Amino acid sequence: MTSALASVKAAWRNPRGRIGAILLLVVSVAAIVGPWMLPDPLAQPDILGGSLPPGPGHPFGTDQLSRDVLSRVVSGARISLSVALLAVGLSATIGAAVGMVSGYWGGLVDAGLMRIVDGALAIPRLFILLLVLAVWEQVPLPALIFLIGATGWFATSRLVRAEVLRLREEGYVRAAEAMGARRRHVLFRHLLPNTMGPLLVAATLGVGDVILLEAGLSFLGLGVQPPTPSWGSMVLDSREVLVSAPWAGIFPGLAIVLTVLSANLFGDALRDAVDPRSI
Amino acid sequence: MSRVLEIEDLRISFPAARDTRVYPVDGVSFGLERGETLALVGESGCGKSLTSLALLQLVPSPGRIEPGSRITLGNDDVLALKGEALRRIRGRRIGMIFQDPMTSLNPVFTVGDQIVEGILAHFKMPRGKARERALHLLQEVGIPDPGERLQAYPHQLSGGMRQRVMIAIALAAEPEILVADEPTTALDVTVQAQILEVLDRLRTSRGMAVLLITHDLGIVAGRADRVAVMYAGQIIEETSTARLFANPSHPYTQGLFASVPRITGPLKRLTPIGGSVPAPSAWPSGCRFRPRCPKAFDKSELEPPLLPVEPDHRMRCWLAENG
Amino acid sequence: MVSNPSPLVTVRDLKKYYHAGGLFGRSAPPVRAVDGVSFEVARSETLALVGESGCGKSSVGRTLLRLQEPTSGTASFDGVDIFALDRSALREMRRRMQIIFQDPYSSLNPRMTVGAAIAEGIEIHRLAPRKEIPQRVGSLLEEVGLDRSYASRYPHEFSGGQRQRIGIARALAVQPAFLVCDEPVSALDVSVQAQVLNLLGDLQQQRGLSYLFIAHDLAVVRQIAHRIAVMYLGRIVEEGPTDRLLSSPRHPYTVALLSAVPEPDPGTRRSRIVLSGDLPSPSNPPPGCPFHTRCFHPAKNERCRTEIPLLRPVGGTLAACHYAESTPQPAQVEVA
Repeated sequence: MTSALASVKAAWRNPRGRIGAILLLVVSVAAIVGPWMLPDPLAQPDILGGSLPPGPGHPFGTDQLSRDVLSRVVSGARISLSVALLAVGLSATIGAAVGMVSGYWGGLVDAGLMRIVDGALAIPRLFILLLVLAVWEQVPLPALIFLIGATGWFATSRLVRAEVLRLREEGYVRAAEAMGARRRHVLFRHLLPNTMGPLLVAATLGVGDVILLEAGLSFLGLGVQPPTPSWGSMVLDSREVLVSAPWAGIFPGLAIVLTVLSANLFGDALRDAVDPRSI
Repeated sequence: MSRVLEIEDLRISFPAARDTRVYPVDGVSFGLERGETLALVGESGCGKSLTSLALLQLVPSPGRIEPGSRITLGNDDVLALKGEALRRIRGRRIGMIFQDPMTSLNPVFTVGDQIVEGILAHFKMPRGKARERALHLLQEVGIPDPGERLQAYPHQLSGGMRQRVMIAIALAAEPEILVADEPTTALDVTVQAQILEVLDRLRTSRGMAVLLITHDLGIVAGRADRVAVMYAGQIIEETSTARLFANPSHPYTQGLFASVPRITGPLKRLTPIGGSVPAPSAWPSGCRFRPRCPKAFDKSELEPPLLPVEPDHRMRCWLAENG
Repeated sequence: MVSNPSPLVTVRDLKKYYHAGGLFGRSAPPVRAVDGVSFEVARSETLALVGESGCGKSSVGRTLLRLQEPTSGTASFDGVDIFALDRSALREMRRRMQIIFQDPYSSLNPRMTVGAAIAEGIEIHRLAPRKEIPQRVGSLLEEVGLDRSYASRYPHEFSGGQRQRIGIARALAVQPAFLVCDEPVSALDVSVQAQVLNLLGDLQQQRGLSYLFIAHDLAVVRQIAHRIAVMYLGRIVEEGPTDRLLSSPRHPYTVALLSAVPEPDPGTRRSRIVLSGDLPSPSNPPPGCPFHTRCFHPAKNERCRTEIPLLRPVGGTLAACHYAESTPQPAQVEVA
């Protein structure tokens, strides 16, 4: 675990990684703390008044229902980030578990699991999600998170499996086997800690992917359901007033771009840091 | 005997923590005569491989050769060469073979292609003629069925064969000097004997000088005319092979001899040298071998120069003064 | 050769074939890494298994410990049939038969402290209560000549020789009776090699350990082995007490091997026998004697091409050669 920390530190030292990390921190802090400090995002104080451009009292302006855009963007951050972290967490866990079992046990187990993964990878993720969500109206948030997470583990499992196959031949794994260690012991004591690096990288990059995915689904009306704020649905809502109140769509859009970008920057820096060096 | 290579006060530095530099090669001087084999002996970390890389300005960055170092090839100052002039001595006047033949050969080209590439890099001739030359080279290094082998890929050959191909490539440019960096370490003992035989034969037939870098005293005994022993970036003993084995004088050399297991002679418990090799960032002050030396005394706190022990035999140790 | 009264380890006709190619690869002949090997190791004794790359010596070590499953043959440890054990009995056996690996750089988990690595065996086999473990780890470190405080450090902070000692400490932690040493000093510098060899020798005397010492360097082996078995293409071609085998070898391959070892003494030059040709492929060994394609024995004839010689007593060793009685001995030539 200490070397995961070392990789994070190394990524921090990388200038691009630091930018990504700082941005992510800003967004996260805003998401956690923001809603308490800002007006209620659902409040519609002046429905008939229409939207206001960015100005005093409303740094991001208000949308056509006179809801404060900044509050909505910040609440949306909470939702988008939670969805991303939970879904990626689910994907990483399933992917790691499948990858480790497949890589270490080998044989029929490996063959069976990998054929499932091959089949699943052949079908576009978006396609599956669209199919399910189109039928399932008003999908509750936990179910959405589960669906995204459950469709995102396939590539990770291949990654972890490849790592395990490589690590299996390492001297210290053989030493543990020669010592009489049970399979479970070898898996958790030797294999898992050494796959954390690539897993962390995949997870960080996955966060960016999921934010985009969720935003896209919400934009289509299939993801996060109103009135829960989400950047994607905010962009959807802003289509009507694109000309008269562009800020209603620009700011959520910017938020998506910035967050995904920073996740990718940090993920890339992590990947550079995780490359095996001091073995 | 003419001197084909002269190295004077070679120092190589690498950047280290906190803007300092360390010197894994720290003032190395020696010469190579035509037709002679000089062995550069030492354990890992002594700087022998870096020294050989310096000859062709192949020191990996961020390392650099310090000003004040001089490498003279015949009449040319090697370190002053750049660009095309440098390329022309690489391979053509100084050839090099490395330790691991598998990684030194390109796996996607045939053996023939790689030798021909070596020839054409230094000589202008039609490709067909180059292939003929390649065939002769393979014969010269003792590869059976050379015609067939020209078409083979490196992975289809055994380790010993690959090393012979490496030698053939190095010879293709007809260098005056061949630098062999641990050429047999990765090979089995019986194959090692074959390769060393090839090198010897070629040396006498072509009048090449050979700089043999190794840690194996057995190879030195059989194949080298002169020996220079390195420790912590410096040469600490230098003499002819016969004299080194008859009268190893530096305590480190003596320690090496006492720790080498032998096939013949009385069976004795090995007496290894205590402690471990220092890293370049922590060269001891004064005599660098002092912390591990059973014969260290008060003068050892001063760094010794190379001092004569007997005619044509010098060592870097104050004990030489006692006669 | 009188066989040892109660050998600790007995191996009979061990075979390990590797099959290349999966479902459709049946047609490819298997690699016969180990092709019928038999030997015994007594208590407190070192048997060296010597040979060049591809001879199968490493496979013997691994198969003996069931790190790989054998193709056929039997092996017993202290009377117990190793290959018949089920998983939990095998785990128990693992405590008594340990291994030291060649590469000190990959045999330790880079993310585990040295102390945790050494303690792992103790924990797996529950050999000591948790509180006692640091004490045990400390004394093991001292036993291999390292400082107790090293337990909290990580492998990358140590040199190759030190890591090898840590590997030895780890193996000793479970108090084995038998140690397979798989080229333990090949990757080390000369002076470090001597340190580790001395350590292994001392430990054998102090703890009564038996070693199967796998190596390719005859000079190294001479320092530590009581008996030597020479392997070629998956078979033992000669076996005997160390000094007997080195002074009057009976198999031509042993003779060639000995003469190829460069001796650090320019005053003596053995007549070098340089073997012609290449090692045959282990998936396609020559018929009859495996060595006949490169053999220089003057008496070599048709019989060598067709009949596989068996190990039989000749002089003071066991040799697998039809004409072992008349094998030419390397002449020791004094060069002035």
